[in-house]
Amino acid sequence: MTAIAGVHRSRKWVYIPLTMMALFYLLPMFVMLNTGFKSFDEVSLATMWKLPSALSVDNFRLAWEALHPNLWNSVKIVVPAATISSFLGSINGYVLSKWKFRGANVVFPLLLFGMFIPYQSILIPLVQVMSWVGLAGTTWALVLVHVIYGIPITTLIFRNYFAALPESLIEAAKVDGAGIWQVYSRILLPLSIPAFVVVYIWQFTAAWNDFLFAVLLTSTDNWPVTVALNNMAGSQIIAWNIQMAGSFLAALPTLLIYIFLGRYFLRGMMTGALKE
Amino acid sequence: MTTAETDIDVQGGEAPPKHKRFRMENWWGVLWVLPSLLAVMIFVYGFIAWTARVSVSKWKGLDPDYTFVGGENFVNLASDRRFHIDVVNTAIFTVVFVLGCLLIGLGLAILLDKGIRAEGFYRSLFLFPMAISFIVTGVVWRWLMNPAQGERLSGLNLLFDNLGLDFMINSWHATPTWGIAAVALPAVWQMSGYTMALYLAGLRGIPEALREAARVDGASEFQIYRRVIMPLLWPVTLAALIILGHSSLKVFDLIIALAGKQVALDVPAIYMWTTTFDGFFFGRGAAIGMVLLFSVAVLVIPYLWYSLRQEAEG
Amino acid sequence: MMRKTLRLLGLVLAIALVAAACGSDSDDTTTTTAGGTDDTTAPAEAGQVEVFSWWTGGGEAAGLDAMIAIFGETDPDIEFVNSAVAGGAGTNARAVLASRLQAGDPPDSWQGHAGQELIGTYVAADQIEPLNFLYDQEGWLDVMPETLIPLISKDGNIYSVPVNIHRANVLWANPTVLTDAGIEIPTTLDEFFTAMDTLKDGGMEAPLAMGEEWTTLHLLETIMLASMGPDGWDGLWDGSGAWDSAEVTKSLEDFAKILTYTNEDSSALSWQDAGQLVIDGSSAFNIMGDWQEGFFREIGSEPGTGYVWAATPGTGGNFQFLSDSFVLAKNAPNRDEAIAWLTVAGSLAGQDAFNPVKGSIPARSDGDRALYGEYLLSAMDDWASDRVVGSLTHGVVANDSWKSEINTAMGLFLLDGDVAAFQTALVAAAEASG
Repeated sequence: MTAIAGVHRSRKWVYIPLTMMALFYLLPMFVMLNTGFKSFDEVSLATMWKLPSALSVDNFRLAWEALHPNLWNSVKIVVPAATISSFLGSINGYVLSKWKFRGANVVFPLLLFGMFIPYQSILIPLVQVMSWVGLAGTTWALVLVHVIYGIPITTLIFRNYFAALPESLIEAAKVDGAGIWQVYSRILLPLSIPAFVVVYIWQFTAAWNDFLFAVLLTSTDNWPVTVALNNMAGSQIIAWNIQMAGSFLAALPTLLIYIFLGRYFLRGMMTGALKE
Repeated sequence: MTTAETDIDVQGGEAPPKHKRFRMENWWGVLWVLPSLLAVMIFVYGFIAWTARVSVSKWKGLDPDYTFVGGENFVNLASDRRFHIDVVNTAIFTVVFVLGCLLIGLGLAILLDKGIRAEGFYRSLFLFPMAISFIVTGVVWRWLMNPAQGERLSGLNLLFDNLGLDFMINSWHATPTWGIAAVALPAVWQMSGYTMALYLAGLRGIPEALREAARVDGASEFQIYRRVIMPLLWPVTLAALIILGHSSLKVFDLIIALAGKQVALDVPAIYMWTTTFDGFFFGRGAAIGMVLLFSVAVLVIPYLWYSLRQEAEG
Repeated sequence: MMRKTLRLLGLVLAIALVAAACGSDSDDTTTTTAGGTDDTTAPAEAGQVEVFSWWTGGGEAAGLDAMIAIFGETDPDIEFVNSAVAGGAGTNARAVLASRLQAGDPPDSWQGHAGQELIGTYVAADQIEPLNFLYDQEGWLDVMPETLIPLISKDGNIYSVPVNIHRANVLWANPTVLTDAGIEIPTTLDEFFTAMDTLKDGGMEAPLAMGEEWTTLHLLETIMLASMGPDGWDGLWDGSGAWDSAEVTKSLEDFAKILTYTNEDSSALSWQDAGQLVIDGSSAFNIMGDWQEGFFREIGSEPGTGYVWAATPGTGGNFQFLSDSFVLAKNAPNRDEAIAWLTVAGSLAGQDAFNPVKGSIPARSDGDRALYGEYLLSAMDDWASDRVVGSLTHGVVANDSWKSEINTAMGLFLLDGDVAAFQTALVAAAEASG
């Protein structure tokens, strides 16, 4: 009896720290939107906490006009990149967990370490190689880069996910004469949807938010939204209200993904997908 | 699985048919992984080797100069005052960032694990900063952490002032020596939700029976967390430590977005960037890159080794 | 549950396929005509020129647009590809440019400061082509200032087309604040110190508004010029003066003293923010290049009533300058088009379109005075009559390596305030890179 009462008491106060933290997490978004709705004259550091006198969507319209080609560029880069790296990761993870070859135990850490390298140290050779193979300046250069540097994390997630699946599943199929492809396509692929969601969200976010590679590897016409947004900040007067509205537009796709797919992401993690 | 038993004698045709089939399929496995492996060998290890070569060259200026100078660039770094500041800043940043994320992440996970209503809402909310880059929020954070005092008070300081929390007003990243700690705040904002998710996954993996047993033994809630749950969460903590630790060694865009390039808030990644691209000291920049890589390796390789061993054993 | 997830994933995959298809479409249109070997970033379509700069906003971008408009009239067949990259005072732009040059994939033409940034970096690396033929053809030697030509030349070859002149050593002041405190605009460093002491005694926390680190380097160069005089300053760069001299020590001490009058939050402010402090009257003074005037006018402040200007105290009669210029890449993918662009950049029409908007004076000496405002006219007169010295922060006197070492030395000095260590570091920088 007392234990249950205790649990009940604790549940009530739990909302106080949670709500306070929630406010802290939302603060930057509040400032962004609040400023995005203001007219230019109302925007200043001193009045950043004041609400706008009138809600105007003009800033968002202007930001959309400026950024929509780049938002589309981002989609053209991010969607193929996330899709290809998900499949590549699932193939690698599958082979490295369920179809191990001699040396697989060396290959896996070798792939994995790539996750940890500081990208600054590979920039110059990267640009050189990209221009050598004739991809520099195109969106495909970025797709390739995100796919390649995504190999470690996507392989890791899929490998851990597949490793947690019982051996008996595929042993039975092998006995029935199923080969490497049949086992993958008939048994493991359908089972790996949660891992796909995690990997897809992860890669989508990473590629969408990338700036470093994008600024180096794309030409003006192919700029994704992060680079275009960065260029909106002029060198003299900056129209902060439009900048903030643009920031919000740039953040919206990943934000929506986290809001609507966030629980699949978490569930995927909880089913062991990201336990490392 | 019995991979270890497959022999290396690939050309031997006398092996029994069953073995032969297995060997064939193993080659298929290699083939499937080969594209990824090749890509990583070139784009990660090949490029690292290239950087390593530059780090022992005297290349300065736009013209590549691969004259071998041995460890000169590294020796110079050892006596470089700016690099010393970088090391101290990285240490402070790492401690604040990693501890902040672990404590807040664990705290939030424990609160959410209490079986509250609207758990999904809170979870998504704590996780969403991860979805946004500092290219997008950098300006907002710069406004929030504006260090101006007195009449020009703004950002969080102004909010504190309005709420009567005057004691919390501070100079943020303009604070001497410890300013870098303030820069860790947005980083904690971004990554603590992820840490929470890791811990929450860990907590959900602990059978309720274990807690019940401890309760029956008369342990208080605090003792249960201290003695039962925390030890079980150790692998999660370790994983989080590695992920957060290595990303704090690489911190770059956050600082640029928040405070620009200034020696007071310098870290190795920024020094490398500016010395390479503003000063064209390619040799020195590559040396900093190698030191960074080495620090990351020292942190990560034992962990990878340890966890793969653990996995193999259990 | 699982079914729902599956459907979601199906949707995502469908989008992926569509996007991939579109991606390859647009990709085809941009690369099919690529002719050369390494010119993939700037496809070598006939009638196109890629120009790289860090002018992406405000008066700079507007000025560039004005000049591009002129280019559109003179060469309507050539498409202008504006590869401007913003961010951190050219931070990103420089990295992009350096990487592309390394990769043998240069833009046709790019922005570079006249002086050692040009000669000591791009010319030294053999990345750009001499333009003597263009100077002869267009008769530019008659209209470009004699002081400028040596700074963009090496061994008799001229390497760039300067489009404008900016002045670095300008003191901006709030006239109302000065009148209220009974202060005249200071003309020497001592008068400057006295004036700021008066303001401090009157309760002003920071009489001199300062911004982030590069603006501090800008302040350093004007104070060193004031303290050492133009001969002393020039000597530091041409090798005739010594960095370990007592004059340098004195100038660094002056700089240290100046810093005591500045705002504590400088590292968090842009140069615009610092200018704003003067307009608002929170500070009395700001030392910044004359692009500050463009900002003042943009926010609606009036010359004479909102702000006044003078040479940085102690530098009267000296014009510490910088100049933006455009170069021709060696092996430019579109060489003829790039030359057409440079012809416009050096033309009277091009410069008179660009400069009034950018807020600078034309590099050519025959600009139409009717187009320029009160401040710029005064700058034109000073440019014609003053002793001309170069700016450090903006690439005239030192190459990029040297400048970045000086910047590091100054950053360390801002932390420890140790003048002797600062000077030692400056001597070392001069030995290593000078």
